Amino acid sequence: MANDSSRLRISAVNDVVRIDFVDRDILDEATIRQIGQDIQRRLEPMSAPKVLMCFAVVEHLSSAALGTLITVNSLVKKKGGMLRLAEIRPEILEVFYITKLNKHFSIDESAAAALKALA
Amino acid sequence: MPARTVGHAILRGLRAEIDASQSAVEEAMAQHGYGREALFAVRLALEEALVNAIRHGNRHVPGGQVDFRWSVDGDEARFEVRDQGDGFDPDAVPDPTHDDNLEIPSGRGIMLMKAYMSEVAYRDPGNHVSMVYRRSKDA
Repeated sequence: MANDSSRLRISAVNDVVRIDFVDRDILDEATIRQIGQDIQRRLEPMSAPKVLMCFAVVEHLSSAALGTLITVNSLVKKKGGMLRLAEIRPEILEVFYITKLNKHFSIDESAAAALKALA
Repeated sequence: MPARTVGHAILRGLRAEIDASQSAVEEAMAQHGYGREALFAVRLALEEALVNAIRHGNRHVPGGQVDFRWSVDGDEARFEVRDQGDGFDPDAVPDPTHDDNLEIPSGRGIMLMKAYMSEVAYRDPGNHVSMVYRRSKDA
């Protein structure tokens, strides 16, 4: 698969769409909007997409970024698919717990564990 | 190193202005010996406060300004963010952690500011927020 955004690295792992963030910071509103649009455009033609989002390099994210993740999750669920998040640093994971979004998302420690769950 | 480092910036809504302000605060806090946890907390809270002021306060109106003042010493870091909007009632923002609201994409900025800072106070009419990060929180 080709990249849609320079801010994302999108690849196919069997039937899973793997999305890796390439920036340490996911803060800028325009960039976040572009990321959301790129992901939605990629998933739009798919039915029951299996999606893995990896945050290995991400050191900071904003509430706007959380909002985009929620929107992507809603789209995936609407299509009968599955979204899993993985490789989230402890300080970022704490943000998910504070906002209780850990209840909303399926979160795995490693990409391998997420891929296994999506298989 | 001065006992207290202070800064002031007028932001007109550009990302570069936010980044420059964040860098100045981060540098001052590092010079005063604050750790990684403190820098993460303040960066996240400041991001939310400044973006809220630009986006919801000034509504990206051309010419709109956000007045940002800060000070850092060995005990605490203080921040004042004031926009030119009409203000709002922060208590009227729905609890984003309520089960019914978890799927709503917005409305988490203020709760993150409160979670990561020692004090967050909005002044009437709600276009001016004061935040304090105390060293004791930097365990």
